[in-house]
Amino acid sequence: MRDTLTSLRYRYWPDHLLGEILSKRWTETAIPVILLLIVGFALSRSIDHFLSPASLADTARQAGEIGFIGLGMALVVIVGGIDLSVGSIFALTDFCALYLLDVLNWPVPAVVVATLACGALLGAVNGVLIGYLRLRAFITTLITLIIYRSAFDLLIQRYSNSIAAAFPDIPSWNFIGGGDVFGIPSVALVYIAIAIFGHIFMTRLRPGWHITAIGGSRRSAYNSGIPVRRTIALCYVASGVLTSIAALFFAARLGTVGGDIGVGLEVIVLTATVLGGITLGGGKGSVAKSLVGVLIVLLITNGLTTLNARGGINRMALAGILLIAAMVDIRWQKNRTRIISKVYVAPTYHALPPPPATEIGQGGPFEQNDKLRDVELIGLGRIEAPEDVILDRNNNLYAGSRHGDIMRFFAPDYQRMEVFAHIGGQPLGMAFDRQDNLYVCIGGMGLYRITPDGTVEKATDETNRSMHSVNDDSRLRLADDLDITDDGLIFFSEATVRYEMDEWPIDGLEARGNGRIICYDTKTGATHTALRGLKFPNGICVASDGQSILFAETFGCSIKRLWFAGPKKGQVEVVMDNLPGYPDNINLASDGNYWLALVGMRSPSLDLAWKMPGFRRRMAKRVPVDEWLFPNINTGCVVKFNEQGKILESFWDLRGENHPMITSMREHRGYLYLGGIMNNRIGRYKLENADPNFVQYDKRWGKLS
Amino acid sequence: MKRLRFNQQEIVFAVFALLFLAFSIFLHGFLTPENMLTLLQNVAVLGILGLAMAIVVIGRGIDISLIAALAVPPGLVLQMVQNGHSLPASLLTAVLLTIAFGLVNGWLIAYAEVPSLFATLATGLLLAGLGQAALFQLDVVQWSDGMKGFERLGQGTILGIPTSIVMFAIACVVVAFLLRQTRWGAYIYAIGDNPHAARVTGIPSRPIIVLQYVVAALIGCFAGLVMAASVNSMPTRIFNSTLIYDVILVVVLGGIGLSGGRGGVLNVVIGTLLIGTMLNGMTIMDISYAGQNLVKGVVLLLAVITDSFLNPRNEETAQQGDI
Repeated sequence: MRDTLTSLRYRYWPDHLLGEILSKRWTETAIPVILLLIVGFALSRSIDHFLSPASLADTARQAGEIGFIGLGMALVVIVGGIDLSVGSIFALTDFCALYLLDVLNWPVPAVVVATLACGALLGAVNGVLIGYLRLRAFITTLITLIIYRSAFDLLIQRYSNSIAAAFPDIPSWNFIGGGDVFGIPSVALVYIAIAIFGHIFMTRLRPGWHITAIGGSRRSAYNSGIPVRRTIALCYVASGVLTSIAALFFAARLGTVGGDIGVGLEVIVLTATVLGGITLGGGKGSVAKSLVGVLIVLLITNGLTTLNARGGINRMALAGILLIAAMVDIRWQKNRTRIISKVYVAPTYHALPPPPATEIGQGGPFEQNDKLRDVELIGLGRIEAPEDVILDRNNNLYAGSRHGDIMRFFAPDYQRMEVFAHIGGQPLGMAFDRQDNLYVCIGGMGLYRITPDGTVEKATDETNRSMHSVNDDSRLRLADDLDITDDGLIFFSEATVRYEMDEWPIDGLEARGNGRIICYDTKTGATHTALRGLKFPNGICVASDGQSILFAETFGCSIKRLWFAGPKKGQVEVVMDNLPGYPDNINLASDGNYWLALVGMRSPSLDLAWKMPGFRRRMAKRVPVDEWLFPNINTGCVVKFNEQGKILESFWDLRGENHPMITSMREHRGYLYLGGIMNNRIGRYKLENADPNFVQYDKRWGKLS
Repeated sequence: MKRLRFNQQEIVFAVFALLFLAFSIFLHGFLTPENMLTLLQNVAVLGILGLAMAIVVIGRGIDISLIAALAVPPGLVLQMVQNGHSLPASLLTAVLLTIAFGLVNGWLIAYAEVPSLFATLATGLLLAGLGQAALFQLDVVQWSDGMKGFERLGQGTILGIPTSIVMFAIACVVVAFLLRQTRWGAYIYAIGDNPHAARVTGIPSRPIIVLQYVVAALIGCFAGLVMAASVNSMPTRIFNSTLIYDVILVVVLGGIGLSGGRGGVLNVVIGTLLIGTMLNGMTIMDISYAGQNLVKGVVLLLAVITDSFLNPRNEETAQQGDI
């Protein structure tokens, strides 16, 4: 009863989604958006006419103006700085625009250009100081804040009267200030245009990437050749220009140069920036975050003003929000990886019946023996991690190595060794096609093809993305083993879509069906997912009927059959289950049966733990990784089974010196070649009663050697 | 051949001497005993604040919220006495508020790891907002009868020296003792020099950082009391002024590098004298408030640029997000 409940709870409750969602970048934008919705909802309930078109248009005008400054601030914060002088730049450029228009009577286009140039100049002062002279951004912009402010104060002492006296009535100027298109205020339109450009700039264009890179790590950016100083300086210039755009709209809307224009603006914009989720210290941020932050802050301050709060409360609210947002942001950035790694592992319920006996004297097909004790050794100490081994018709032996190479041992004595091809990722399963191309599954990279002359070509490294998965599962993370059908379809297994190759034991700890079988068509080059939800699918072998493949589910401890053609196309059928160990690669035997490697043996403790997902989750949260319960891969064996799923024979190495764990075996001309992913040797075992002319892929493709 | 090098302290002192000399010669009414006393009296509060800032800057931080600590707790004392509470009770409340404020600052910076500039910028606004919204009835809190006798903290003379200057001297001695004679002081220098190394060595760096901000806030509060006593009121709008830049100016010009671990009380004294002379000279020259700010800003900028050349940021110990 209890087990049933546990199994139902773990089958239908998607535990794994939490970690996957948290590791998505968009969660960091989602939180401010939710906050915005809450604030908007709360205010619309407590204030009348909050959502009326007039009120919205008014909000949009203010949001547009602050939004420009917010974009500038976002840019500067992303590059790893801060700009506190925006309030004073705003005041100065506002004065500049009104002075040129009202006192000097310049035409509007000239005023616009001159104001933007003024903003650029003021920003450039910051930029030169911070970018080229490498001053601290905070203190420098704090100082320019006072300098610009005092300059503004001095200027308005002289000119405020003449500006206040002028009433320019220029249509284009009025349009900037109060015009709209289909009800959308002019400022909002310009903001939208610039925001879209900004988004493309930051995410798609090279300078935008440079900015993010510098914010992420200034030194690394410098080392990779990015013009750090110039980029930083230009960011401050851009901040100045964006601020001057805001000032232009403000000047056109209100036309005043009061002494307190722009005072405290930097705190509002900074609060918006941090609240939107743009990380202080740089490297992270987006236009959307900036916009969301500005909207939240504006709604709150406007709401407080409407509710007649005292000035001090407004100030406190802003400072409080700023602090909390900064704190949350800093703690989250610091602990993000740790939190995600704690919640990412989501074990599930996995019950297996007691395994068949393997002890000596118990009988049964798995009874241990010492047949592999005296194998001949190939490449002892010269090869590392030969997950799979394969031989061509000239008896040369190919094996993958941990260093990302395919090694070739030359017949007849296998003493001479060369790098046949360098790939870069760890080669796992291998198979020859009809044209003697070697197809290899590369962990972390995908499916690769090596031509007989050693040229490496990528076959595929992606498949169709599934609609309901949170993790992007279109890229191949752990392509494991493959086989090729007569029609040129390559079926290969991807052991897990949730973990990298070095984390495979964690996938075993989860025991969820995270793996899948993918089909690559050599004729069209198309890739699609054939079957998903498998518990670490591993070995794959085309069955002798030519219409189905046999595949091993390592942590499912079973062998299954998938029909890819014929009347049962698409169906899956269990061939063997409740194996005593974890099945790995499957290959053809010369007598028409199949070889299967058991990479490790089940243990009562992990079997029990698999029935207790809560226990495993606590373990993953509280115990360091290297003390987790791992599948036992210290002992393994090779078995031979027939089409009906009956075990015919087993081969063990009791001493455990040569082949404690076996991931692959390949029969070739009367010998069995053994590989192990944790091993430093390849074993060669003489088979009795085996076909001395059997070459697996020559037989498959009907070639006689 | 050894290059002739002056350290910053000597340079600033030389600049001060030159400026003093120039003002004495060219500025009528500068070198009079009355003006000298006014000068010192005016900069006493600034100097005390400079000491508070120095403690924090030596520990590689900065405290923008000092002006809030200067304005709000002393303002609270005045307000409470005005409302009929006794002076000791009001003082105690103000001190508790100050300590709480310092603890919040310190916690945010040491434990929540918010950059100090940023944290204190926000907490300063928070405290000032609190004062404006909840504590004070008017922007200028007036002296009331209950405060009688307390004005001696800022007015009058002790042994012929104006009290505020004596207060500055006392604060100097206390801070110098704290920094140079106690283990905590040594820890502050160690943390400022290399926070990671200090932490690895086993220095309780987080509590020490909290302590820095608590002490700074208390000194700020003390400066506020002296100021309130000398002008017989507490203009709480001082928070909106540019006083904090003067304080930073004192510290930076005095030669306490913003990268931490350097300097001491003497630097503050020199910085205070220089700023005092400059401000006094500008006042005599009748430069407007905005004009003075402009000059101060430019001088501060030059000082920071010089500082960044003399004490470049240590890239090894600089932290990501240290803006």
